[in-house]
Amino acid sequence: MRRVFSGAALTLLAPLAAAQNQVNMSPGVTEIGADIFELHMLIMWICVVIGVAVFAVMFYSMYAHRKSKGHQASQFHESTKVEVAWTVVPFLILIAMAVPATSTLLEVYDNDEAELDVLITGYQWKWKYEYLEASGEPVAFFSNLATPQEEIYNTEQKGENYLLEVDEPLVIPTNTKVRFLITANDVIHSWWVPEIAVKRDAIPGFINEAWTRVPQEGIYRGQCTELCGAYHGFMPVVVHAVSRDEFDAWMAAKRGAAITQAALATQTLPVDELMDQGKAIYDSACLACHGAQGEGGIGNAIAGSALVLGDLSDHMAVVAKGVSGTAMQAFGGQLNDVEMAAVLTYQRNAFGNNTGDVVQPGDVTGMKNG
Amino acid sequence: MGSLRLSRVPAIDTALKLVTVAVAMFAFVFVVMVPLYNVLCDALGINGKTASQAYTAVSTAVDESRQVTVQFVAINNDDMPWSFSAGERVMRVHPGAANGVVFRAMNPTDAEMVAQAIPSISPSRAAAYFHKTECFCFDQQALAGQAGVDMPLQFIVDQDLPTDIHTITLSYTLFDVTDTVTDGLAVR
Amino acid sequence: MGDHHHGPATGITRWLFTTNHKDIGTMYLWFSFAMFLLGGFFAMVIRAELFQPGMQLVEPAFFNQMTTLHGLVMVFGAIMPSFVGLANWLIPMMIGAPDMALPRMNNWSFWILPPAFLMLASTLFMEGGAPAFGWTFYAPLSTTYAAPSVTFFIFAIHILGVSSIMGSINIIATVMNMRAPGMTYMKMPLFVWTWLITAFLLVAVMPVLAGAVTMMLMDIHFGTSFFSAAGGGDPVLFQHIFWFFGHPEVYIIILPAFGVVSQIIPAFSRKPLFGYASMVYATASIAFLSFIVWAHHMYTVGMPVAGELFFMYATMLIAVPTGVKVFNWITTMWRGALSFETPMLFCIGFLILFTLGGFTGLMLSIAPADFQYHDTYFVVAHFHYVMVAGAVFSMTAAVYYWLPKWCGRMYNEAMGKTHFWISFIGFNITFFPQHFVGLAGMPRRIPDYALQFADFNMMSSIGAFIYGASQLLFLYNVIATIVAGKPVSDEKVWDGAEGLEWTLPTPAPYHTFEEPPQVPKPVGTI
Repeated sequence: MRRVFSGAALTLLAPLAAAQNQVNMSPGVTEIGADIFELHMLIMWICVVIGVAVFAVMFYSMYAHRKSKGHQASQFHESTKVEVAWTVVPFLILIAMAVPATSTLLEVYDNDEAELDVLITGYQWKWKYEYLEASGEPVAFFSNLATPQEEIYNTEQKGENYLLEVDEPLVIPTNTKVRFLITANDVIHSWWVPEIAVKRDAIPGFINEAWTRVPQEGIYRGQCTELCGAYHGFMPVVVHAVSRDEFDAWMAAKRGAAITQAALATQTLPVDELMDQGKAIYDSACLACHGAQGEGGIGNAIAGSALVLGDLSDHMAVVAKGVSGTAMQAFGGQLNDVEMAAVLTYQRNAFGNNTGDVVQPGDVTGMKNG
Repeated sequence: MGSLRLSRVPAIDTALKLVTVAVAMFAFVFVVMVPLYNVLCDALGINGKTASQAYTAVSTAVDESRQVTVQFVAINNDDMPWSFSAGERVMRVHPGAANGVVFRAMNPTDAEMVAQAIPSISPSRAAAYFHKTECFCFDQQALAGQAGVDMPLQFIVDQDLPTDIHTITLSYTLFDVTDTVTDGLAVR
Repeated sequence: MGDHHHGPATGITRWLFTTNHKDIGTMYLWFSFAMFLLGGFFAMVIRAELFQPGMQLVEPAFFNQMTTLHGLVMVFGAIMPSFVGLANWLIPMMIGAPDMALPRMNNWSFWILPPAFLMLASTLFMEGGAPAFGWTFYAPLSTTYAAPSVTFFIFAIHILGVSSIMGSINIIATVMNMRAPGMTYMKMPLFVWTWLITAFLLVAVMPVLAGAVTMMLMDIHFGTSFFSAAGGGDPVLFQHIFWFFGHPEVYIIILPAFGVVSQIIPAFSRKPLFGYASMVYATASIAFLSFIVWAHHMYTVGMPVAGELFFMYATMLIAVPTGVKVFNWITTMWRGALSFETPMLFCIGFLILFTLGGFTGLMLSIAPADFQYHDTYFVVAHFHYVMVAGAVFSMTAAVYYWLPKWCGRMYNEAMGKTHFWISFIGFNITFFPQHFVGLAGMPRRIPDYALQFADFNMMSSIGAFIYGASQLLFLYNVIATIVAGKPVSDEKVWDGAEGLEWTLPTPAPYHTFEEPPQVPKPVGTI
């Protein structure tokens, strides 16, 4: 019966759904997504049928029993039989709805026996992904909004995936049961990807779990769905589902990159490279609060800032440890020494802050260790 | 409203009784809802909370017939600069057996700080079967600047753990509580 | 004193010190309309920003202040006080009482409201801005991470909570003690019944809200940690407490609306309400169920599966008594002699749109499907169908229906009908497309959105401007009626209207039923 209902629905809505303006839930790519979609369609069609019946009676009455037509009011009221019927029948319909709802829910909650565990941490306003593996160099990274401010503030043409694009997506293998452990660093967030039908609140101090098994490769986009502060609308989720081989290669590359970064930390890097990397980090991590030209906003101005133009170790202390009681986070745990050096160099030389200071990874390591 | 009368004027009598109800509901939030929620959380593992006191009952038998994977996750909350990690990320344990693992914390700043680790278990259903006989999370941890510490956790997974649970994840989130315990610091 | 039949005092003191239920009712109604316009203004800012993708008018932080204040002002400032105003005007007249039972307290419960909302509105000009954590103010966003203005928000909530509780106590005391001889409980008009049940709900849950904000206050200023994991608390506890208040709260908003519709539909069908007793029982069951379904707002929070199932089944059950009500209204219309004056049009609008909102509510109750709906525009569409088309439409119907009795002048029917049609069409253009964008994946409370949602959002914004503008027509019509409306020719105003309030002279004198009336015959027979 469920198949019939959703089949009919798909045929009806297909021409509309094909257009740019999607009007219905997507069945998504996963088995659970399809189950939820069918459940949604089943309940919707039951409601439509009941609604059509009820409103047909009402509109008929409005037409046929008009006073202007000279209809005389009859004075009947109360009928135990009718009243029992319209209490019992809806109750039975509800039971019919509860059965598939229960089985789908139990399926959603079957988190056991996953082959890959990913720890997802919500931050104001980005996501951190960490692959939980028994051993080896841990792979963890932040995923920031990649849409440039120029598009948001309408000075540039908006791209196809406006607000739904990130610098580094979560990569997962297809046909693998992936378990997500979801938590948050500050306030409550909620991790949602409609196409894989996973939505779970990320609560600071507690872990929640959810799972998926994505059968086909692709890029799936979603957003944070729990109000988490000013930039709640600007922390998308992007999941790349790739083949197992591709995933393994990607993991190996990630591990390699971590080792390279560690090696870089001991080298002296050219100014251009630091400035380029610093700008990239600034744009994804600092710009939302401190402005595209360092002019400030939620945060203080960077351009001409006494702190930035002043003592390097004070500057780094603020970036690394944040300022408690304000939106300024501690970036010490989020940026490695190379990245920290790059963003410090950039802040001290961009926006007219021409200090000429070049901060090297080694300097950062040195300051960290006192 | 029964025979109890709070005033001879009927309307004022009704009003006084309703004021009593309102005050009782206000009190209800504090003296019933909050404690009841905590009791339910402890008992049923809602939210994956674990008991906040050491488990003292003596475990009798070890279930050698099955093994459960226990996964450890160490998380830093907002602005917490300590480094914090589990000595082992994954363990295979027999239900009923006593196990130990060590978490390592290091305070990279120059100032003394106090931290509180908050445990959370997933699936939350398993929380009621996860017994900690010793845990650093029972107390706050104070660390001098640049100091590190090994923090032990001793636990037993109950033999009655439902057999459909094969993996238990235990996460600790480390919160900076230095500001709220300045008195404690003065003593040290 | 011998001034038993004195009229109102003159000047400002009439309003400041009045204990007359009609004066206080009038003040509540005007205050709530002012709040409706203020909350509506915030909504216009929201819709203007969402007119197109990209940030145009306001900054994201300010956008969040708008959504928060829009919700708070509409729920606590517009809808709730408007029904309290209606209760003040009508309950004594419907049960044959000379006034409310506790008139002095009545004055207080109104006059503490304006300062509370002044305080809330003033947070807009404070350092860090107004509250920006949504009308549901989830911790820790509303505690550790909130702007300093949160303290003023907490005090405002406390004051309006006290106001609501005092108002409710007054209503219960009036209904229980002031009924005219012969006015038994099962003869009371349904509006009185729904308000009586609502008032009990308010007395039970407003203190819970007060408890929640008190805990926030203590967490923020006194170092407790009810809602902070660091000190052994739990942010999810906040949500449980909030929704333990919040779910009964939504029925507090809708039950008096049910009462209004149950008065007006029989009047314009010229036929008694089909099932009076079952309406009373349905109202009571809805009120009872409202206490055991709160966690359906929290399906994604990570509850154990048994909890999800319990709350899902309990929530689905609400469809039964709600269905009973809708079926009752339609059967009341069946074979009546229907006419479609403005109040009836708004009631039919209510019936259609509220039922639609009820259907989406049923869909939302299905926990696994809710994982896809939760916190999207589908939810926004759902609750605007029940709040706006439910509560606001019925309130509007009530004003058109009783205004001639109150002021002795007839409103302009053509303008009333125009108001209805613009509202009905504007409302649907605004909120129907929100179902689509919600299902397609647009989260709520975002100031900017992906391009695929652009067309429907623009439509929604246009509808909102239309709906908003139509309220100015309503304001004009009401003022024109009071100032220069045609005096009503028929003392009873509506030929099908039943109830004690219609036995009074028109306009209703300043003091009514100083001698208890004869209760003619049971409501439900004619």
